[in-house]
Amino acid sequence: MTHPTETGRERPAAIKAVPVRHPGRWVAIAVLAVLVAMFLHLIFTNAGFRWSFIFTSYAPGKRGVMFTEPVLEGLRGTILLTVFSMLIGVGLGIVIAIMRLSPNKVLSTVAWVYTWFFRAVPRLVLAVIFGNLNILWTRIGFGLPFDKQIGQLFGIDNFDGQIFSVKSTDLLAGFVAGMIALGLSEAAYMAEIVRAGIQSIDEGQSEAAVALGMSRGQVLRRIVLPQAMRVIVPPTGNEVIAMVKDTSLVAYVPVTGELFFQLQQVEARTFVVLPCLVAALLWYLIICSVLMVIQFFVERHFSKGYGAAGKARQRLRDIQVEQGGRITT
Amino acid sequence: MTEMVRAESVHKSFGSLEVLKGVDLTVPQGGVSCVLGPSGSGKSTFLRCINHLDKLDAGRILVDGELVGYRERGGKLHELSERDVAKQRQTIGMVFQRFNLFPHMTALDNVMEAPCRVKRESKAEVRDRALALLDRVGLAEKVDNYPGQLSGGQQQRVAIARALAMRPKVMLFDEPTSALDPELVGEVLEVMKGLARDGMTMIVVTHEIGFAREVADEVVFMDGGVVVEKGPPAEIIANPQQERTKAFLSKVL
Repeated sequence: MTHPTETGRERPAAIKAVPVRHPGRWVAIAVLAVLVAMFLHLIFTNAGFRWSFIFTSYAPGKRGVMFTEPVLEGLRGTILLTVFSMLIGVGLGIVIAIMRLSPNKVLSTVAWVYTWFFRAVPRLVLAVIFGNLNILWTRIGFGLPFDKQIGQLFGIDNFDGQIFSVKSTDLLAGFVAGMIALGLSEAAYMAEIVRAGIQSIDEGQSEAAVALGMSRGQVLRRIVLPQAMRVIVPPTGNEVIAMVKDTSLVAYVPVTGELFFQLQQVEARTFVVLPCLVAALLWYLIICSVLMVIQFFVERHFSKGYGAAGKARQRLRDIQVEQGGRITT
Repeated sequence: MTEMVRAESVHKSFGSLEVLKGVDLTVPQGGVSCVLGPSGSGKSTFLRCINHLDKLDAGRILVDGELVGYRERGGKLHELSERDVAKQRQTIGMVFQRFNLFPHMTALDNVMEAPCRVKRESKAEVRDRALALLDRVGLAEKVDNYPGQLSGGQQQRVAIARALAMRPKVMLFDEPTSALDPELVGEVLEVMKGLARDGMTMIVVTHEIGFAREVADEVVFMDGGVVVEKGPPAEIIANPQQERTKAFLSKVL
């Protein structure tokens, strides 16, 4: 018996069924709506928030506290501190991750010790320590280690093996101290993230690249890291956002040009507590929201060649081409 | 005919497990050797020793008269630097069982990557060559697709084009069709037959007896880390002398 592939029967009408009801969801939505209304009621009926203090004018002749000059300065400081400490963190983190994965035991041990130390010390403590390091070493320089001791060994007093040095109060104070403290701490976390990313890539990838004659550096830069970015970017986004918030710790270095410190200063001058805190909260919300949008686009960039979306787009294109249509994508 | 690949008494152990126990092989220029044998017989490891992906413990391998991975000076072997090994690998193409295409690059970029980055050839020239190679493996339509958008057979053909783009003197195939759906095996074998016809020196580890019979100049049967039997395909496949070869062939034919 043969079965015709086309039956020639008419296509039955599309199914029109009564969908399953979810009464539980409606109850949950109602409960949430009431809670949201209660929350809005709490915020907008309490005069203590003093919205005009935050947005329009906090004192006669001044702008709202969110937009006053010192607070905007602080905002700039917070953003710069985030950017620079993340640059240190990511750069150093990649180096440490690569060291950690090195077949050389010395390199991998040094990397392990680094991550162990900086992950174990709280950032607040680290920030304070870096703010006070200039007590311990009055000058910071680069040169031969143990130069004085070596000099004495050969009978030379005050042998100077320093190539250059600066006064540590110039270098290790305020902003720079905070930046280094946060950056070094961040590098430890970034190293772990980068290592996880590199290890997530199939061994076959670097084998194929090496078999083509690529050097180890090329394999890392061109093949492994670009793929590892898919794994590295989401947790790094978390790290950036956490860093925005952790910059408030450098107030203890002390660094004055930072958002939260500046708002606390206004608070101390005006004795208006809560609106200042809300202003800080709003600024952090805004910065982090912008960062999350950036993260979305970065993630999309590094997911090239992966994922159902790309496949679907390609399939659509193939169909269009087959049907003689114009390629639109 | 000049010798392209010469392996002498190659030994390789992983820990206490000795995988290769003295393998010899010579392939003349333009010759095609098919290596057959049960899994775990050391075929793939032997292939990986030829381009130094695995370091051999004893014996030596020469490609085009040049010692692979070492330099002999004053009767003593010196390990080659990473850079020199990379240079040798440029002349030895390899195709893997699981393709190992770079998933973040299009088919064309996969093929262009090594000539552009490693040999630093001009991009326009490499592009023309890459397009010609992809056309040759029947993928002219797919140059802008990412590997994830290609079937296994298409991916493996891109991988072959990628290896050829470096103009290798010899091509190593490590079970190139073992990870493919049965209906896709043919298209990859066709490309390999074309290569063999064009005079490429090839060493092919495979389970495709039909391919070996048709294309190989020499069939090498390996088991337990040694070459059990080798010779022209007509003899080895149709009329094996060794018991182990007979047992293996009776299972796969």
